[in-house]
Amino acid sequence: MLRLGLGGALGVALVVLPFWVPSNWQNLLISTFYYAYLGQAWNILGGYAGQLSLGHAAFFAIGAYTSAVLAIHLGISPWLGMLAGAVFAAILSLGIGYLGFRFGLRGFYFILLTLAAAEICRLIALHLPILGGYTGLFITFTPNPWQFQFRGKIPYYFIALAFLCVACGIVWLIQRSKLGTYLVAIREDEDASEALGVDTFRYKMIAYAVSAALTALGGTFYAYFQFYLQPNTVLHINHSVDIMIRPIVGGSGTILGPVLGSFLLELLGEFSRTYFAAGTAGLNVVIYGLLLIIVVLFLPRGVYPTLAHLMRRAAWRRP
Amino acid sequence: MALYLQAIVNGLLVGGVYSLMALGLSLIFGVMRVINFAHGDMMVWGMYLSFWLFTTWGVDPYLSILGTATAIFLLGAAVQRGLVNRILDAPHEMQILLMLGVALVLENTALMVFGPDPRRVSTSYALSTFWLGPIVFDLPRVATFGVALALAVGLYLFLKKTELGRMIRAASDNRVGALLVGTDILKVFTLAFGIGAACVGAAGSLMTSFLPFSPSTGLFLTVTSFNIVIIGGMGSLLGAFAGGLLVGVSESLGAVILVPSLKEIFSFILLILILLFRPQGLLGGSR
Repeated sequence: MLRLGLGGALGVALVVLPFWVPSNWQNLLISTFYYAYLGQAWNILGGYAGQLSLGHAAFFAIGAYTSAVLAIHLGISPWLGMLAGAVFAAILSLGIGYLGFRFGLRGFYFILLTLAAAEICRLIALHLPILGGYTGLFITFTPNPWQFQFRGKIPYYFIALAFLCVACGIVWLIQRSKLGTYLVAIREDEDASEALGVDTFRYKMIAYAVSAALTALGGTFYAYFQFYLQPNTVLHINHSVDIMIRPIVGGSGTILGPVLGSFLLELLGEFSRTYFAAGTAGLNVVIYGLLLIIVVLFLPRGVYPTLAHLMRRAAWRRP
Repeated sequence: MALYLQAIVNGLLVGGVYSLMALGLSLIFGVMRVINFAHGDMMVWGMYLSFWLFTTWGVDPYLSILGTATAIFLLGAAVQRGLVNRILDAPHEMQILLMLGVALVLENTALMVFGPDPRRVSTSYALSTFWLGPIVFDLPRVATFGVALALAVGLYLFLKKTELGRMIRAASDNRVGALLVGTDILKVFTLAFGIGAACVGAAGSLMTSFLPFSPSTGLFLTVTSFNIVIIGGMGSLLGAFAGGLLVGVSESLGAVILVPSLKEIFSFILLILILLFRPQGLLGGSR
């Protein structure tokens, strides 16, 4: 009953919130949901299956560019284009996954394979005229919901929130299904699960494809929120890092981890921007980096698992 | 033909420094199983120290290596003692996160202190060249290659011939075994991280006279170092050396065959081929 009430209150608050806060807070909230969404997508592969990817920017960019190019040159609505982007991203992920998992790449080696694949995509994208090369690709603003373009921030807020809820729902379903159990088994001990008859190759591939497709959908959202795409931002390693660090900070392999991580990092980022960006260039990022280091040193399992542990202990102490 | 030959020679000369920076990364990973995501940023700090010594006191970059290597050694040792040492048993993703944090701090302190503009050290001999048949040799690159080679050989001899080197290799082969026979593992780790950092710091000094650099150069150097150690073989010193030369040549050939802005694509394709068909690397032993 208490849970239901809390959930209802949270739901109402999330619906009312954007109408009530100033515009810069709207941006902050959109960014929080949106990175929580991307983190949740990453979490399926990196958190549950334990295959760390440092190349998710590639899938993100495929989603962004596919829907943008289809809309600009063929007039296809981004709502359909984003599905095409998701399919392309899934195909690329299956390609990388086939190469990597077939040959038994694990740990650091898999990380570097994903990083190299994303870097190759960046270099290619920089030299494809249709993507605008170094100048980037501009999307002209023509307010029309069918073209995924809206006036004001509020529609974007609700789309980002809906994306996040769907991603959390998918992860919840995965966690409850046999697939989730297999993925965790692979993360904990791949050889043992293989020995017990889990088709590790198959399940890693599924996790990779789902993760990549969801990431690509997020890319489309970005394209129509920013109206500008440039390979050196969307396909940069730093962007892969941005996607990856939120679920890790929040606690990878949990549903709430990416959401919590995104909230925390958005706050930390905003805090360091507000108080330290005005002075010397770079100081705010130094503060941000130091905060990351502090999180790792003091919460080495991630924020959510530590919090859950503390709450369980408190509940146990209470008679 | 002469064009390609020239590209190969230039690639080999730059590859010598690449080898030195990869040796540092390989040593750190081999001993602690930690990936130093701040590797390139440590190198950039080496470059800036050299630049600062040159512009303030006119110290030649080939002389200031001693200073920068020492300074970056201390930086590496401090990072190991203060941070890495606490998370040796933490999950992979947490180790990566920590090192990414260190990288951010190093890159942006460089930005704060030196600003975003690209720098380079213009020594009096920066543009001197000599001809050997149809090939032009760039004096700074030749000198850099020579010093990098000497440092790499020195490191190799240190690890093979001295007591400390033996301890580092023992800890790298089998941490528990080394502990059991009474190795001071903390000292070995600090030393290994310090030496790995010193290698990349020295490599930074050596590159200042022909590679313009800015705080954001670090990331590119980190990724290049990753490429090299995977291609050469993780934890193999000889592999890191060969990999450095190979990546140097492939980048310089890529710039000639394709366009300069696509030069890295060859080394990434090489990396993927190596990962697929010889994941232990060209000269790596068992994984």
